[in-house]
Amino acid sequence: MNDLSVKHLLSINDLNESDIDTIFKTADSFKEIINRPIKKVPTLRDITIANLFFENSTRTKLSFELAEKRLSADILNFSASSSSVKKGETLVDTANNILSMKVDLIVMRHPNPGAANYLAENTNTCVINAGDGTNEHPTQALLDCYSIKERHGSLKDLKVVIIGDIKHSRVALSNIYALKKLGAKVMVCGPTTLIPKFIHKLGVDVEHDLLKALQWCDVANMLRIQLERQDIQYFPSIREYVKQFGLNHEVISSLNKKITILHPGPINRGVEITSEVADSPNSIILDQVENGVAIRMAIIYLLAGKLNRA
Amino acid sequence: MNSTEILNSLQLSLTIRRLCFQLIENHHDFSNTVLVGLQPNGVFLVNRLKKELEKIINKVVKTGALDITFFRDDFRRKEKPLIPSVTNIDFSLENKVVVLVDDVFFTGRTVRSGLDAIMTFGRPKSVEFLTLIERRFTQHLPIKADYIGQSIDTINEEKVSVRWKEEHGKDQILLYSPNET
Repeated sequence: MNDLSVKHLLSINDLNESDIDTIFKTADSFKEIINRPIKKVPTLRDITIANLFFENSTRTKLSFELAEKRLSADILNFSASSSSVKKGETLVDTANNILSMKVDLIVMRHPNPGAANYLAENTNTCVINAGDGTNEHPTQALLDCYSIKERHGSLKDLKVVIIGDIKHSRVALSNIYALKKLGAKVMVCGPTTLIPKFIHKLGVDVEHDLLKALQWCDVANMLRIQLERQDIQYFPSIREYVKQFGLNHEVISSLNKKITILHPGPINRGVEITSEVADSPNSIILDQVENGVAIRMAIIYLLAGKLNRA
Repeated sequence: MNSTEILNSLQLSLTIRRLCFQLIENHHDFSNTVLVGLQPNGVFLVNRLKKELEKIINKVVKTGALDITFFRDDFRRKEKPLIPSVTNIDFSLENKVVVLVDDVFFTGRTVRSGLDAIMTFGRPKSVEFLTLIERRFTQHLPIKADYIGQSIDTINEEKVSVRWKEEHGKDQILLYSPNET
């Protein structure tokens, strides 16, 4: 295993295959550790991490926080709604003020695409992108691929379909990059209006028929409809969306094969996926959550290891 | 570097056999004792000890492998990142007598990390330490081995290499010394 080739985690595109392999192997060790009676290691006891969340989050925020705590790092939590951002402070000023308090590493979620890159370029710290608008969510893609690898052994030539609101999903873009890097074949499926026009240029197939997409795939990654990012109406009604793109037991049982189901959460039960499918043995949704902590521990550990080596 | 043989294949197997009898004196039938090898090199030694012990006492001896990477005290003090190995302890250590095993006892920092790491599996009744080679007068911490294959006097610049048949085709322990100028 080699050192990571990057100083920050901003985009999956910045990582090479060896980086992803190092992250996965390190995550294997952390997964074993978080299943011990005592789940904490002292490794990052001299590191302080600031979690800057300019956008709401439950899973990612808790997962990062738990990962940091299990590595024994000190943590500062910040949310935009209760901060001076409301008083007009710029992103770089906010970050630099926090860094003056001797913070070593920043985990940031921000509604604007490119915010993590901007912060990395304009501050002297290590930045981990926890989601930047509709752009990328690299840690989610890594944990998704790790969970698929755990179930299938390898991603090489595995057929993965990403279903739902591709246009507004940072999970979709990061997943496409990561899956392609690891040798998987990728398809996106959803209403025409929710598939970006030039997405085929990323080397993915496009399908608008759910059943055909499911018949093709080994793995289906279900995405929710991101109503909060939709400025116009992209489909007539939720009812019609459910009818055409909702994953339910009838559709799954008509396939005559088993497919692995993923969902990055939060799930809108009864919309993109029914409870019966989400809670079925083919679903690895809860594995994704568990693996999320191990993957984030691995990323933080490997990046923190590159900070001012003495 | 010049190399000198500390133990050859026969001497190594006799030493391992002697260590096994010393362990049996204290742990009898190993009903409450487990051997845990420190990754990576302690694991080879544990496998040899297990094979020999089981031959002598005719009972199964529980063994495990422990990685200490995340418990080390030199994180961010090396050029390369510390990449972990596998931990494989599939039994509870609660109230067990644990014998930590490593091939070479040098500064004691690895053993210190091993003691911290082992405690994350529960509270053992007691912990002992077995080493094949003790480098005398080089310890940085107040840690002593309970079972020693051989003690040798070395200088800091020298390196002890335990070579196992499984990896190198031949059992042998070598001491590498810097070339004289």
